[in-house]
Amino acid sequence: MISNNAEVILNAQDLSASITGTQILKGFDITIKAGEIHAIMGPNGSGKSTFSKVVAGHPSYSVDGGILEFRGKNLTDLEPDERAKLGIFLGFQYPVEVPGVTNGAFLRLAYNTVQGARGKDELDPLEFDDYIQSKLNLLGMDAEFLERSLNDGFSGGEKKRNEILQMAILEPTLAILDETDSGLDIDALRVVANGVNTLHADADAVVLVTHYQRLLNYIEPDFIHVVDGGRVIKTGDKSLAHELESRGYEWILEENRSSVS
Amino acid sequence: MSTAIDNIVNQPYTAGFKTDIETDSVARGLNEDVIRTISSKKNEPDWLLDFRLKAYRHWLTMNEPKWSNVTYPKIDFQDIIYYSAPKPKATKKSMDEVDPELLETFEKLGIPMNERAALAGVAVDVVFDSVSVTTTFKEKLAEHGIIFCSFSEAVRDHPDLIKRYLGSVVPYTDNFYSALNSAVFTDGSFCFIPKGVKCPMDLSTYFRINTQDSGQFERTLIVAEEGSQVSYLEGCTAPQFDTNQLHAAVVELVALDNADIKYSTVQNWYAGDENGVGGIFNFVTKRGLCKGANSKISWTQVETGSAVTWKYPSCVLLGDNSVGEFYSVALTNNMQQADTGTKMFHLGKNTRSRIISKGISAGKSNNSYRGLVKVSPKADGARNYSQCDSMLIGDLCGANTFPYLEVGNKSATVEHEASTSKIGEEQLFYFLSRGIDSEEAVSMIINGFVRDVFMHLPMEFAVEATKLLGLKLEGSVG
Repeated sequence: MISNNAEVILNAQDLSASITGTQILKGFDITIKAGEIHAIMGPNGSGKSTFSKVVAGHPSYSVDGGILEFRGKNLTDLEPDERAKLGIFLGFQYPVEVPGVTNGAFLRLAYNTVQGARGKDELDPLEFDDYIQSKLNLLGMDAEFLERSLNDGFSGGEKKRNEILQMAILEPTLAILDETDSGLDIDALRVVANGVNTLHADADAVVLVTHYQRLLNYIEPDFIHVVDGGRVIKTGDKSLAHELESRGYEWILEENRSSVS
Repeated sequence: MSTAIDNIVNQPYTAGFKTDIETDSVARGLNEDVIRTISSKKNEPDWLLDFRLKAYRHWLTMNEPKWSNVTYPKIDFQDIIYYSAPKPKATKKSMDEVDPELLETFEKLGIPMNERAALAGVAVDVVFDSVSVTTTFKEKLAEHGIIFCSFSEAVRDHPDLIKRYLGSVVPYTDNFYSALNSAVFTDGSFCFIPKGVKCPMDLSTYFRINTQDSGQFERTLIVAEEGSQVSYLEGCTAPQFDTNQLHAAVVELVALDNADIKYSTVQNWYAGDENGVGGIFNFVTKRGLCKGANSKISWTQVETGSAVTWKYPSCVLLGDNSVGEFYSVALTNNMQQADTGTKMFHLGKNTRSRIISKGISAGKSNNSYRGLVKVSPKADGARNYSQCDSMLIGDLCGANTFPYLEVGNKSATVEHEASTSKIGEEQLFYFLSRGIDSEEAVSMIINGFVRDVFMHLPMEFAVEATKLLGLKLEGSVG
């Protein structure tokens, strides 16, 4: 829900970032307020996944210039775990597999760490079981899911659901979902979208990074940003998504290129 | 002697202990006179001197083995002092004199206060009454007819048992280092569990920390009579500093009909500094003989120390239906090298063995699993399952697996599985992005990796070993 007085959650101005000397983000601008859902779209290699990793603090990327703030606080010097404790969450495009570490133990450690940072009490395993049950129900997941090794041998859909489950228990202020829709069949997509819609509240913001318009049929964004060449080249409301669906990206890219030259 | 070894041998006592000049020691080098001197200083019976001399004469005919996947400077066996006793214990008056770094390590490992003092070389009776602890312990064991004492005491008090079993599992002819050990061993542990007795507590070398310093050529012999049971814990998780460079111990286990021996080791000898200077060479021969039907021997080891580790705790499955197990975690960091694994010899019918090996390599270290499963033609229905997993931390370390399978019986079932994984930046970033810091992340990943092995350790040992792994890997990531 858009409100002009809402708090600015994420502010990126003229942000540039590089990986192993190659500049990927070149003057990226975005302002995200509490209560809003944003979609970042663009062709492959446009820099949209890089943006999500830079916000989360991936160590391979270095921020070379510009502003990156979370609730008015400069993010660039913070480690990824510090950012997570502040309330930033990244839903991974390719969640890693960790054999031997049970999903339940991982989730509880993550939950307790983030809770601790918020000055709240940690939950013991039994209390945590109770807590997580409602979240599992929301995402149509079975409790046996918690006994399995973290993402190990999970199907594509299970991995993505597990990401949303983590978002559900960590209750972030800013959730960035990187290509969460890729590799999901239509039923899984509905479950995931339903989860995001249910979890989203006025006090937090959601960013959907996606290549396809499909997800936006289920989660309605307030703003859509088209990214190309490492920066936002067009911002519009949800009608932009339908235009992209019918006309593709090319016309925006063309428009942008001609205006630049 | 090469300067490299010279540096290793003569480096300052890392724990900050003072090395006093030992008065009661024989000259450097090894010959028959040295062996006679050792034997006479220990007032040994003739048969034991005979055993030593035969071992020595055999050793002279042998060459140092070269087949392992480790490299180290050549050892000059004539430059070692083979007898120096009793070693002056570098005693401190209070914990205030102990290296604070060592104390911090104890703290992190959660070692109980009284044990910390013992481990740090503080005169423990100031802190707690070690004598009474040991005495109570011994009285309780004696009620059950269990013998648990130093090897020297055993030679004096139980010569028949020693004579019967010494060298019966690891003959002095077995290998270069077992021959050397047989010739010059100075002390060790002896443990005897009589028929039908289930040892009421885990036997731990903790209880012997301050009473014995068994030195670099240690000898351990455990005999479990028919239907008996024992769980033996060797070593401890606290760092063990020692100026001795070469450790060549021999451990022999004998299990008679229906007996059950569980042998757990946590090895944390000094590993050398991050540039590979110093550190212990740990060349140990450990073997268990399942002599009786339905007997069982289970090795669990956590190897985290030493500059070079070279050991293969093995089981000879002679009795029908006997069971051998080997659960191992070997961790190497910095410049450490480990070539470790097991040997399972299936001789009896329906014998079973199980091998679970987990190698963790960090820094520039090199970690190899080497294992032999041999099924003799008579071992009908023998079964083996082996699983060897390696984990790499960083890009500069190495892991190898060398499985040897020799199956001489068609009815045998032998399975081998192996895997290699890596803790990389992406895995860590995943944990970090959930608020979990990198140390906790590594510890969680490692604990997940070693879970199948640690579940076989006695509870308190497992807790300490878990902390130990975290400690050993501190700063190796990120």
